[in-house]
Amino acid sequence: MTLLDVDDITVRYGRLTALRGVTITIAEGEILFVTGPNGAGKSTLLNAIAGVVPTATGTITLDGTRVTGAAPEEIARRGFSLVPEGRNVFGGLTVEENLRVGTGMRADRKKITDDLESVYQDFPMLAERRHTTAGMLSGGQQQMLVIGRALMAAPRLMAIDEPSLGLAPKIIDQVYEILMRLRSQRKLTLLIVEQSSARAMMTGGRMILIRGGRIVLEGDAADMVKDERLKQAYFGFGDH
Amino acid sequence: MTAVLQIVFDALSLGSLYALGALGIAAVFGVMRLVNFAHGDFIAFCVFAMLLPSVDATAIVFAGQLPFYLLIPLLLLVGAGLSMLSEVIVFRRFRNANPATMMIASFALGFVIRHLLLLLYSSRPKSITLWPSLGLPVEFLGAHIPMLQVVTIIITLVVLAVLVLFLKHTRYGLEMRAAAENFTMARMLGVRANGVILLAFAISGMLAAAIGLILATNSGTADIGMGANVMLIAFIATVIGGLGSVPGAVAAGFLIGAASVVFQATLPHDARVFRDAFVYGAVIVVLLVRPQGLFAPKSAKQRV
Repeated sequence: MTLLDVDDITVRYGRLTALRGVTITIAEGEILFVTGPNGAGKSTLLNAIAGVVPTATGTITLDGTRVTGAAPEEIARRGFSLVPEGRNVFGGLTVEENLRVGTGMRADRKKITDDLESVYQDFPMLAERRHTTAGMLSGGQQQMLVIGRALMAAPRLMAIDEPSLGLAPKIIDQVYEILMRLRSQRKLTLLIVEQSSARAMMTGGRMILIRGGRIVLEGDAADMVKDERLKQAYFGFGDH
Repeated sequence: MTAVLQIVFDALSLGSLYALGALGIAAVFGVMRLVNFAHGDFIAFCVFAMLLPSVDATAIVFAGQLPFYLLIPLLLLVGAGLSMLSEVIVFRRFRNANPATMMIASFALGFVIRHLLLLLYSSRPKSITLWPSLGLPVEFLGAHIPMLQVVTIIITLVVLAVLVLFLKHTRYGLEMRAAAENFTMARMLGVRANGVILLAFAISGMLAAAIGLILATNSGTADIGMGANVMLIAFIATVIGGLGSVPGAVAAGFLIGAASVVFQATLPHDARVFRDAFVYGAVIVVLLVRPQGLFAPKSAKQRV
């Protein structure tokens, strides 16, 4: 079943066109990587789906409902949770308060405490620091926190923008390990923006390559890495 | 000793008033980055809401005759209602405008409210008597403290306690704090923008009503410009406290109240008329030393 259907969307920032006619679909339970060089429009795509950036043309359908032009909070309430680039923890709130922000909209209030405990099990270091102010956490810890926070919103589709940005390789491995475990445990559908196509290949799943606001390649991540066109698409970016 | 005690109570009660005002401004600023200069007119509006419209000097008290347990909730409702209405009618349209545009819109709204009051009540100040028994002094360790001062301080402490409980321990309080730190991120977590902003305006309006009640009881008059002074000092308090910091706004409100009273008591007699100049001078010194305010919010410091 199709969970997300992005049909031919265009996004403009003033005179600059950031996305031109992008179409993607994600089936339930699937994992889709979006890769491409800097400034290709990867983050714009996620922000457009989240309703943070308006689309000029095209439609976005989430779980059978058209959400084009809807407010970010309404899209979140339909089961889409975005972990934006740069982590965006609420620095003045404690770890636990951060985790609880996204639970206000949930109808299954009784399950929230259970979910909190399971997030603490998945991220033990968050449990240790549950009353610490989030601004005091390290970059890796903040990345864990925002993933946990997105999970607490009980999403059906979780999008993560550059989960590995600015993190040490060991921590990136840890983040992906947790993401894959969560995916199998919770039947979570994932949309991940990732600069490193090697990481996408290691993880497996479908991959699209965006360049200059267009999708230039699409296919199985493992096959695509061998594709010469991937290197061409990056041009000066070498053998990512 | 009794003189010192008198000064302490003067400082606390004046500071309370400024702290309540600063809170009202900080609540809205937190979620919307709007400095609402109509806040002072909200205060006056709440006071005049107790009178029947007329141009006579002796006002016919309308709601003011109600017992306090009805009058206070009624006035809080008036304040919250006016404030929420301003949000829906005026500020919602400027939500994505730059802060200067929003500020000018708030000035315009203030003018509209002021002139509406002028139209209905004329510019003549009106006498209004609320709870005259509050004017009587109570004896406390040898000092004679007006009952109203004690009540003002208690009310402020109760308001602060309720607000802290609300912000720390309720879902909506949490959502407000999150939205004040990062509005877009809060929305992406399902926090409704309209809901949070309306709530902030409601709280701000209730605080304006509380100030209106205290001012009217204290001065016994209803004057269209009566909120302006509190609004000005309250705004300064939010700046000194560090814009966006709620505890900072409260602390700075008390600080300015205290400075004002201490200058009044200690300046040489001839200089006392210039008390406000000394207060504002102190404000300038503070801002020169700490331009970000005394208590800059944590969200302003980004950890890399």
